[in-house]
Amino acid sequence: MDAASFQSQGHLTNVDKARFFFEHYGLTDPDLQRYLAAALSAGGEYADLYFEYLSSTSLMVDESMVKSASQGISAGCGVRVVAGERTGYAYTDDLSPERILHAARTAALIASGPAKTPVVGFQEKPARSLYPVTLPSVDAEITAKVELVTRADKAARAFDPRIKEVRASYADELRNILVVGSDGTFAEDSQPLARVNVSCIAKTDSVSGRGSSGGGGRVALDFFFGEKTPEHFATEAARQAILQLDAREAPAGEMEVVLGPGWPGVLLHEAVGHGLEADFNRKKTSAFTGLIGKRVASEKCTVVDNGTMPWRRGSLNVDDEGQPTQETVLIENGILKNYLSDKLSSRLMGLADTGNGRRESYEHIPMPRMTNTYMLAGQDDPQDIIRSVKHGIYAVNFGGGQVDITNGKFVFSASEAYLIEEGQITAPIKGATLIGNGPDVLTRVSMVGNDLKLDEGVGTCGKDGQAVPVGVGIPTIKVDRLTVGGTGRKDAGSFMQ
Amino acid sequence: MAEIALETRYPKLDTDLKELATDVVRRAMAGGATAAEAVVREGDEFSTVVRLGQVETLKESGSKAIGVRVFFGKRAASTYSSDFSRAGIDRMLNSALELAKITSEDPYGGIPEPSQLGSLAGDLDLYYEDVYSLAGAERIDYARRAEKAALDLDPRIKNSDGGSFDAATGHKVLANSHGFVGEYRRSYCSVAAVPIAQSDDGAMQRDYWFSVARSLGRLEPAEQVGKIAAQRTLRRLGARKVKTARVPIVFDPMVANSILEHIFEGVNGDSVYRGASFLAGKLGQKIAGDNVTVIDDGTMTGGFGTSPFDGEGVPTRRTVVIDNGVLNSYLLNSYTARKLGLQTTANASRGLAGTPGIGPGNFFVQAGTKTPKEIIAGIKEGLYVTEFLGHGVNLVTGDYSRGASGLWISGGELAFPVEEITVAGNLKEMFFNISEIGNDLEFRGAVACPTVRVDGLTVGGE
Repeated sequence: MDAASFQSQGHLTNVDKARFFFEHYGLTDPDLQRYLAAALSAGGEYADLYFEYLSSTSLMVDESMVKSASQGISAGCGVRVVAGERTGYAYTDDLSPERILHAARTAALIASGPAKTPVVGFQEKPARSLYPVTLPSVDAEITAKVELVTRADKAARAFDPRIKEVRASYADELRNILVVGSDGTFAEDSQPLARVNVSCIAKTDSVSGRGSSGGGGRVALDFFFGEKTPEHFATEAARQAILQLDAREAPAGEMEVVLGPGWPGVLLHEAVGHGLEADFNRKKTSAFTGLIGKRVASEKCTVVDNGTMPWRRGSLNVDDEGQPTQETVLIENGILKNYLSDKLSSRLMGLADTGNGRRESYEHIPMPRMTNTYMLAGQDDPQDIIRSVKHGIYAVNFGGGQVDITNGKFVFSASEAYLIEEGQITAPIKGATLIGNGPDVLTRVSMVGNDLKLDEGVGTCGKDGQAVPVGVGIPTIKVDRLTVGGTGRKDAGSFMQ
Repeated sequence: MAEIALETRYPKLDTDLKELATDVVRRAMAGGATAAEAVVREGDEFSTVVRLGQVETLKESGSKAIGVRVFFGKRAASTYSSDFSRAGIDRMLNSALELAKITSEDPYGGIPEPSQLGSLAGDLDLYYEDVYSLAGAERIDYARRAEKAALDLDPRIKNSDGGSFDAATGHKVLANSHGFVGEYRRSYCSVAAVPIAQSDDGAMQRDYWFSVARSLGRLEPAEQVGKIAAQRTLRRLGARKVKTARVPIVFDPMVANSILEHIFEGVNGDSVYRGASFLAGKLGQKIAGDNVTVIDDGTMTGGFGTSPFDGEGVPTRRTVVIDNGVLNSYLLNSYTARKLGLQTTANASRGLAGTPGIGPGNFFVQAGTKTPKEIIAGIKEGLYVTEFLGHGVNLVTGDYSRGASGLWISGGELAFPVEEITVAGNLKEMFFNISEIGNDLEFRGAVACPTVRVDGLTVGGE
């Protein structure tokens, strides 16, 4: 995807309601009102119901055989009741009125006293239509999905005879949701998600290497037959595995680090994104607490979270609390502007709800989460950025990362990186973890490229045991000083202190 | 919040889960399958978080799901559903039978032989109803007491991510077309505290501690959990970076577990047969020092990794994985055993969907003789790691690089806290370089390791 399409926001429409749960489970507005009233029967201030019906498919080719194929369905309803800062939660996988009422009465007990909050009549807000697929991939012909994984397997093996092991997988899902709240919230959405993944092992007599690649989004199956083919991902995975066969020891210690465009945006996700989630700041447990309006990055850095990008893995028409998603500026020219908020934090902190209330499933309490988080393009030519580095590394692919939001320390692990020596990219190096401090790492960003790219649609973010799909993106950037966790042996002697 | 009166349990399901599982298997066979296997899971959970003395969340619920795996000769497929209605089960079965048409013939596929199936006899001490015996208010109080003990320990503990109390029970049924039907129940409860300390310059640190048990009666006192959590948090205050260096590294038991997890991934039959493990082809060879013995034991009474049978219905067992440094056994399910020409070690782990994977039973490093203090006392300059960040481990090559924090060792003592550093090396060398193993083996989960000292790793810092 090129940078131009980042600006398109999808058009505002009043989506023709699928009414999925009304049709399949015979729900009616009065039923929903009754469940919410039960949830508020012990004096809660706010209650909501989250209905979910998730169907999914997965396929895997391993050793050139379609070894596994599975499909499944899970459905349920989660009931949340809020009283002050307290949240009561109960769920059921049985959508009968008795069980939903039972869950509502259980969640209700977070409060105590007579009912005091009325249930407001439902009002559906206009929402975007960011992923208008006509045939969700989950309903598409299974043979076409088999074709995708077998083609990926073939392409990876054809790339180089040293590719010895290939696993190619395909997974899709369709999540139908209905969120209703006692404040009148009423939102329905049908959220497709599909992904192809390829992992390879390359081997010679003496060394091994691994590579993986994948992508997708809230797209229909034809995406993988046009825009991003299985061959695209397979070739990329194989290339990375072969490259590793020649990788040298990574250096150790502080040095200049250049991040390539796209998936290395995981830096932003770990270093600043989590620390800006409103719940941590409401509880003052984030290293970013109290820094709104302060400088947390160099002037060249503007970072946004944007849930409104068509077809993207991290996008949503409405969040899991029924609030339309939006584009939120987190850092503008280096100054911290906003937190990412859900309903609870926005109410308790007096902030706007940024539409970032997300949850893994009906079994989980929603909380502030990222959608697609990226840095806007700058002015620098990526080639000039490389040329400006005397001794450092150029990291273009990453595994994942982690952050301790309280002390701000974060890591992300490079899976494809190169040495930069005297302004030239030289040898590939082995995987290494990069570690830094979230509130100040971006202050050392001295160059920002004009080549913003988003990842291909592989990110899954974990927080409090809940996994949600996300996106990241970044242009080529230079960080003047970051600690690289190599072994520092052999060719990297000059980096040892 | 004494006024909160929670219902302690959901009413039990009406459906007999054993009957349901065997019926699903029978109907899969009637539908033309040559072999079938069904798994049913049912569980209840309760959790509460108390933050700064106030209830923050209360969660209570139950759920269930069923999965089926069918074979048509050497083709397999699996489906699952949370809908136990007749229509839901029918749809699940039909789509499994349909789906099996598009998979490949895999000569090694199939369920275990009838002679391999069975269930350990006797009470394995896995299930206690008492995890739900506390009234709602007392559960909340448990969490509150843990947090309070942390907050009260020291004025520098200024904030908190809360104290928590969790309880859960699970019921699992497995049936297959060789006539195996087995079931077991397990219970679990835990108490934890996550205090936040702040130094004069405003810098914050967070750490945690917990206790987990199958029975409420065996849970450590909430006050003790809170106090240890506070001590672990306080010792991180004032952490700084250190210079890049190659020094001895001591892993505290919580992070030493991660070394075992890497060994587990290395002996996981799934990675072994595809050559994706740095330990593939090393059976019978020396892969670690003489002092290293690693055991997997799914049969330990009351263990967190104990069950009477594995995810394929094979009785669990004790397997010596590394015997005084020699790789003695991989950990296998029936598929990977057939692939490698070996016998299953009863380590099949079965989710609802897909082919069974491989999971540990109770997986541990045999304890040594030195106390952690003695191990630290033997080091002039070194690093004591208490936390890792990230997952920078390449199991194909063994390359290892992780973010870390802990305490610097100077003159045989813990001197000052350190953070924002990395620890790097290669797992193949690391197992040979485990120079000391502590006497402090303690199970806080299915995987357990005493304090260990590892030499030859690089600390990356300034």
